[in-house]
Formats: sequence, structure tokens, C-alpha cells
Amino acid sequence: MIVFDKPKCLKDAPMHYCPGCAHGLVHRIVAQAVDELDIQDKTIGVAPVGCAVFAYNYFDVDMVEASHGRAPAVATGVKRADPSRIVFAYQGDGDLASIGMTETVHTAARGENLTVIFINNAIYGMTGGQMAPTSLPGQITQTSPYGRDVNTVGYPVKVCELLATLEAPYYIERVAVNSVKNVRRAEKAIRKAFQNQIEGKGYSFVEVVAACPTNWKMKPVDANRWVEEQMIPYYPLGVFKDKDEQK
Amino acid sequence: MGKITFDSDLCKGCGLCVEACPKGLIFIDTGTLNQKGYHPAATAEDAPCIGCAFCAMMCPDCVIKVEK
Amino acid sequence: MATKKLMKGNEALAEAAIRSGCRFYFGYPITPQTELAEYMARYLPKAGGVFLQAESEIAAISMVYGTSAAGKRVMTSSSSPGISLKQEGISYLAGSNLPAVIVNVQRGGPGLGGIQPSQSDYWQATKGGGHGDYHLIVLAPSTVQEMADLTVLAFDLADKYRVQTMILADGTVGQMMEPVELPEPVQKEYDKPWALRGKGNGKSKFITSLSLSPEELEQWNINNFEKYRHIEETEQRAEEFLMDDAEICIVAFGISARVSRNAVIAAREKGIKAGLIRPITLYPFPKDILRRHTSHVSRFISVELNMGQMIEDIRLSTDCCRPVSLCNRTGGVIVTPEEVLAAIEGGK
Repeated sequence: MIVFDKPKCLKDAPMHYCPGCAHGLVHRIVAQAVDELDIQDKTIGVAPVGCAVFAYNYFDVDMVEASHGRAPAVATGVKRADPSRIVFAYQGDGDLASIGMTETVHTAARGENLTVIFINNAIYGMTGGQMAPTSLPGQITQTSPYGRDVNTVGYPVKVCELLATLEAPYYIERVAVNSVKNVRRAEKAIRKAFQNQIEGKGYSFVEVVAACPTNWKMKPVDANRWVEEQMIPYYPLGVFKDKDEQK
Repeated sequence: MGKITFDSDLCKGCGLCVEACPKGLIFIDTGTLNQKGYHPAATAEDAPCIGCAFCAMMCPDCVIKVEK
Repeated sequence: MATKKLMKGNEALAEAAIRSGCRFYFGYPITPQTELAEYMARYLPKAGGVFLQAESEIAAISMVYGTSAAGKRVMTSSSSPGISLKQEGISYLAGSNLPAVIVNVQRGGPGLGGIQPSQSDYWQATKGGGHGDYHLIVLAPSTVQEMADLTVLAFDLADKYRVQTMILADGTVGQMMEPVELPEPVQKEYDKPWALRGKGNGKSKFITSLSLSPEELEQWNINNFEKYRHIEETEQRAEEFLMDDAEICIVAFGISARVSRNAVIAAREKGIKAGLIRPITLYPFPKDILRRHTSHVSRFISVELNMGQMIEDIRLSTDCCRPVSLCNRTGGVIVTPEEVLAAIEGGK
């Protein structure tokens, strides 16, 4: 009996991500959710600008590549064009929380019936390790070589907390993928975020706290430890909003 | 009794599966280089795998198939 | 006979879009195009369509991108500063060969500029606007009737060629009221096998403007420019007025053409052989039509509401074989028939 195999919603193409990069893992979780919910035929994904720009090479669903930060707006256009389609946006922290913050907030504020998957690894990966809106205080990056100085560039943005202040979003949860236990929760959250859309419940957002071993200049196992010891204390995991629970 | 199979040529040798295995059955095979030039993860032929799939759940490249 | 209705230019355009099968509109308020968005807000839902006021022009054009990728007829509109914001999305639409109709009801610039009519986005509209190698088909209405008619054409050309069509209007034609005969609600159906509708039982598709291989991107651009060349050969449109024997040729589009027409009539009354070529397509520029008249035209006058932008295309089209002078006002000031007549008589 097969206990675990590659989801059919992932193509066979080898992923270009660095060793230990969480993108591949989150791709697998998203693909698995699409498989389990049997929506591969009607799912349309929106790829970001950033390391996941080639997501359309990996997901075996129809995909469209957005300009930097605009994935939620593009997803809105796709979803409004045909509300019977299941539409998700997959974005990193620079894309979603910096250049695309306007689109992020307003798509949530409209309560678009979409699924947004947000990879927060506290750094710009594709361009080679610059400071992200979610880089931790003191974190050394290529553009904060002396550590993120909160007195000059402010504090990291906690996106779940921010979006949870809005009335319209249906479901907002932060998960991590640095351990088996956390991966299990992430699988559940991402599946729920798609299930909500299928049921027409509205905007569902899952932030995944994730490792970028290459740009953090750490071994993958150490990077996952850093997620546990540094990231999660700043970005607490859990449900920030769930209208299912309010009923 | 479980069985794990690696698609070794796609493995990037990140070692997350090594860390995840509760039985400590997986190792990075430093004696081998795969097509991509990485030392791939491996396990002994007769390793007493319990089929928990923790390794596969942590694998970023979907390299591991687990049977039970 | 179809009845005529008194309408504002912006409203006629909006109604024509709905009648052309456009069921999706994304926009952001800005003067002087706002009536267009308001009309869509009121009537598009009644036609079973979607009106959405976006959080910004950038978001609006990105929504257009998504809806177009899903294979639907879609439109956005704005005025000059807002069109600058849309350039990112327009370039991406071009880079993905996604059809769309973009309306620019121009106002004066640069910067926040003013809210009075202008034609100073000519370069932006015809020479690219956003980054990269591409063209928009640019249509220039000069009457409320044309605001409607060119909208029908804009959707058709966008789908036919998988390009982006810009309707380059100005505050005057947008705001003025005239009787208009609205087009019959018909639309040509175009097969869009590339549209994303979910993979169904087939192969998954993707739409992107990304191409990291230089050779691939070069070839993509070459292919697209073959398409543009075909458009240049087949889609030039202009109205000619008293051009058969004209010695002095005014070239003017939009509201400037209407002013110029009166000046040409006044010149003819004085015995001056003046004529008018009114480009309806600014890209492709109607260069063949201009060239056809160089044998009897001794000089051209470009009349435009900017510091002289289209004048360059007149010179290029005619290989500078005749002198071309400029008669212009800018900043929201509209050129008068007297000023154009003076330019005709001036012999500059």
C-alpha cells in the first residue's frame, strides 16, 4: 500500500529551488489539497514574482503569472470572470507584503472568494537575499548588512494580524513547515483554505513561515531550527480569524 | 514494515528527511553523486522502516515514495 | 432607421462596450473619465456583468489581466495620470498577448497636470508607454458617435489580433453631449483556445510574459512585430476632408480635427486650397494615406493639443519631403479655428 507519493497535481519537472527550500514543500501541500478535494480540472493558480515565479512549471493546473505584487488583483480578475473556478494566489513576502500590500489588503477587504498562500521566509530570495518587509529585527541581509535596524526601517509586518482586523476575510491562519508536526497543521490549513472557496465562504489566507537556507546562509536543518527559535516567536502560529468558529 | 524509495536523481541532499526519520534510518550517501551533482539521501536495503512517511512529508522535492 | 440618443461621449463609449459584449470593467475614479466608470457601475450589472472599483489603477489593470487570461472581453478606463499607472499592466498584457481595451480620456500633463482636455499622451499611447517592445492599436474618436463606433472596433481588433487597443479620447469628446446612434448589440465571437478555464480533462496551460532565454524572447518579439507589421499594412484608418486638390494639408485627430475642419472650410471660402486628414488610427499611423497626397500637397500643418508629438510621425511618414509646421495649444487650452486658419494663411 502506498502511504505517500507525489501528488498528481505536481508535474514531473524537477524544481529549481535550492536544497531545503520550503517552496517545494508548500507546493506539495497545495497540490495535495487540490488532489484531495478533486478540483484539479477547475483550479487556476496565479504565480508571483520572486522565487516561485516558475510555479506554473510545477503545478499541473492552469496558471497565470502576475506582475510583482499583483497576484491578488489578477486572481480577482480570474475569479470574477468565472466564479465556478477555484483560484489561488501563491506569493512570497516581498511580493505580498511589500510591493503588493495594497492589492493584498484590498482583496482581503473585499472578501474575494479566493485562496491566498503566503510564504514568509523573511528575505528576498530571487534577487539574492535582501531585506524583506518580514525580516526580523537585527536580521542580517544584503541590504541590512549591519542587521535590520528598527529605528530606521521599522519593524517587520505581521500580515495575519493586520488582515485579521478586516471585516470581510473568512479565514486567516499562520502555519509553519519546519517540522512534521507543523507540516501536518499546514496541510490541514491549506486544505481548509481551498475547501472554504469551494463552499463559497470567502477570502481564505494561509501564511506559511518557511526557511530560506541559501539566503539565510544556513544548512537546511539549521534553518528549520531558526524558524522554530527566531521566526515563530515573532510570528506566532495559529488561527487569527475563522468565521466557522464565530457561528 | 514500511518501504521507502528515493527518486535519487531529483534529490538535493538537503538532509531534512534524515532529521525527520524517527528511526534514524536515512543517511546522506556521500559516496554517490547524482545527476544534479548532489549527494543523495539513501537508506539501507533492509532498513526497519515503519512507514510513518515523516521523511516524505518533509521532503521539499517530492523525492520519496513510502509504502507499507 | 435607428433612433438617436443624446449622450455624453464617456457614456456612449460605455454603452457601446456593453453592446460589444464587454461584461467586465475594472477602474478607478479620475477626472475627466469618471462618467464612464459610473455608467458601467449602473448598467453593467444589469447586463449580467461585473463592475468593480479597484483600489488603484495598477490593481484595475491587473484585474483586466486576469479576466482577459480567462478569455473574457474586458475593459478599463482612466485619464492621463492613471494611464501612467496602468503602464505596468499594459506591458504585461502585451507580453502575454492578452486582448484588452484601455480607454484614456486625456487631460493635461505632465504630473498631476490639469483636468482640461489635452492630447499630450500621444507619444505614450503610440510609442509604447510601458517597458519593452510592443505597440498598442490606438484609436482616436472625434465625435460622440465615434466614441461608440470605435469602441466596437476596439474590442474586435483586440480579439482579432490578441493585442491591446487604446481608445485615445480627450476631455472634450468625453464630456460633450451629441446625438448618437448606438450600435446593435452584436459581437463577433473569437475562439480563444489559449484562455484559462481550468485544465478539465486536457493539458494544463499557463500564461506568462516571462522568458529567460534571450533567443526565445527575441523570437517572441520578432513574431509579435510581424503581427504589428500586418496591422500597419491593413488597419490604417483616416478621414479625408477636401483632400482631392488640397495644397495645404492639416493633420489633426480628436477634438483638434473638429476645430481644424472649421478652419479648412474658412480657408476654402477665402480661396485657399486647404484640406484635412484626420487619423482615426494613431497606431498604425495612416502614413499611406498621407503619402498618397504628397504629390499635390505643398506643406503639412500638424494641429495638436500638446507641444508637438504627432508632428514627428507626419515627418516620418512623408520622409520629410514637404515642410511640416505645428499649430498647437497645450496645458488644457484648446486651439481655435482662427489660430488654425492663421497657420494655414501664415505660410510658415
